Amino acid sequence: MNFLDLAVLVCSMLAIAAYGTWHTRRHRDLSHYLRGDERVGWLTIGISVAATQASAITFISTPGQGFESGLDFVQNYFGMPLALILICAVFLPFYRRLNVYTAYEFLGRRFDAKTRLLGASLFLLQRGLAAGITIYAPAIILSTVLGWRLDLTIIFSGLLVIIYTVIGGSRAVSLTQKYQMAIIFSGMAAAFIILLIKLPATIGDAFTIAGGFKKINAVNFSVDPHRRYTFWTGLLGGLFLSLSYFGTDQSQVQRYISGSSLRESRLGLMFNAVLKIPMQFFILLLGVMVFVFYQFEPQPIFFNQSAWNQALQHDPNGKLQMLEQEFEAAHAQKLQFIRQWLDAKHNGDRAATATAQAQALAAFDHSDAVRAEAQTVMQANDPGVKSNDADYVFVSFILGYLPHGLIGLLIAAFFAAALQSKAAELNALGSTTTVDFYRHLIKRDATDAHYVIASKWFTLFWGLVALAFALFANLVENLIQAINIVGSVFYGVVLGLFLVAFFLKRVSGTAIFWAALVSQALVFILYFSLSISYLWYNFIGCAACVLLGLAIQTAMGPADKATLASVP
Amino acid sequence: MKPPEANILPVEAPPENEDELTGLPLLHSWRSVYLFVFGCFVLSVLVLLALTVIYS
Repeated sequence: MNFLDLAVLVCSMLAIAAYGTWHTRRHRDLSHYLRGDERVGWLTIGISVAATQASAITFISTPGQGFESGLDFVQNYFGMPLALILICAVFLPFYRRLNVYTAYEFLGRRFDAKTRLLGASLFLLQRGLAAGITIYAPAIILSTVLGWRLDLTIIFSGLLVIIYTVIGGSRAVSLTQKYQMAIIFSGMAAAFIILLIKLPATIGDAFTIAGGFKKINAVNFSVDPHRRYTFWTGLLGGLFLSLSYFGTDQSQVQRYISGSSLRESRLGLMFNAVLKIPMQFFILLLGVMVFVFYQFEPQPIFFNQSAWNQALQHDPNGKLQMLEQEFEAAHAQKLQFIRQWLDAKHNGDRAATATAQAQALAAFDHSDAVRAEAQTVMQANDPGVKSNDADYVFVSFILGYLPHGLIGLLIAAFFAAALQSKAAELNALGSTTTVDFYRHLIKRDATDAHYVIASKWFTLFWGLVALAFALFANLVENLIQAINIVGSVFYGVVLGLFLVAFFLKRVSGTAIFWAALVSQALVFILYFSLSISYLWYNFIGCAACVLLGLAIQTAMGPADKATLASVP
Repeated sequence: MKPPEANILPVEAPPENEDELTGLPLLHSWRSVYLFVFGCFVLSVLVLLALTVIYS
């Protein structure tokens, strides 16, 4: 990065935050602070819902996922359109009719106080854990690649979002998300266009190469339960994950219940239902095209160059250096076969094409094995090193091959993505703490002004908790998968609570409360015992909660009509 | 002592029949909107499947 990049980054981030803070600094009442302006239209809602889900992890880590594994991760989102349709048809009308601030208020009205608190607690626990990851994740990558101090990167991004979220509440979140999304989309679009221009092959040839190396693997109908991403895990597991995330996670619910009408909220969600899969496809495709690019250009054996350089210094036998040379030789040979493959394809020689493709694939397997061996040696020399470098692929490409100015725009895009989802999370954590705990349990009869101040303090509290977690945490594995794993472990049970609330009127609060606790314990046990795709835990947690709720209620006998609250 | 919920200023909702109107051209009911969205999903999957088959 040079001065121009830094200027683009700092000016855009500060300008958006300052504008958002200034424009939303006054609040009429608690509703205005937590739900925003009641004139919010569908496009603002749609962008806000998309921005809340698409954190920096989406834009940094997903291209890396595409580079390593191809397009199969897109299947993760297959359940989402169906989930959003169900939410529009069932969940949203309930929330609007009851005029709730939080999704868990609904549980309180349907069941009882303890079930409401359980739902809210599971949300605070899960979102509180995730909040630290969404600050830490982009910070660790950017600080490693740019040479910034990690703690200062975390503190800068964390404090910025805390300031405007505390001052401006829900309106500040929605307003800043619009401009942040504009920066993100323009940056990613520009990167995609420049990548295609720099690619030393036509788009058709690029797809041929990607397909030959098994990266165009978007749909897989395998029924193997150990396979992480298939059509079935995406449709079923993804359906339950999305139902729970969009239907019961306060960080999303708060974004769309603030619409000016039920119609505006629904259209905002349908906007996401239509665009999410194409959006994720293009982000993954970007990673696949980066993969193709590096078949023609020199590819580093390990994209986290800082970690690699450190590993070289702790390599007494010179093994890593030898592997690096072997990798370069394998890469050069692979390139030779790729050129022969493309020439044969252009000449229409099927036999030569098949031969050259097989040779290129064998060379790729060889270079991949050398890369894997290097990662093994790194870890043997230093067990603390993170051997998965997928999260550094896209950032390395940006810094190595994009023009100055655009580098700054893309780094700004990553920070914008981190800030936009963080803001929505903090807003939701503050709201739930205020409405479901503070106002409900501690101070039931105070003025709106008092609750607005309490909300601000709670939002600040959660912001500092997330910052502290980020400053002291250490992460494993690919980050976008880590976030989805944390979600999948908790979301199923919370969804089960809501599905029973909506559809099974004869189940009382006591029955579902104990069912939820047992189900959550079961999910934890299964997670640490089995090796199935994490997406299945959404379904397992939900099914266990619903079935146990019915079973416990049956064992208890019919619920007393007085304990079954009537919810319109 | 009034429960806290009674202190909330209710959001004034438009009449129910306004919410039943989608305001979209050609898609006048919510059922048609949901079918359209489902159709977009099916189309996305078919395009992705076609790409997978062509380039595998």
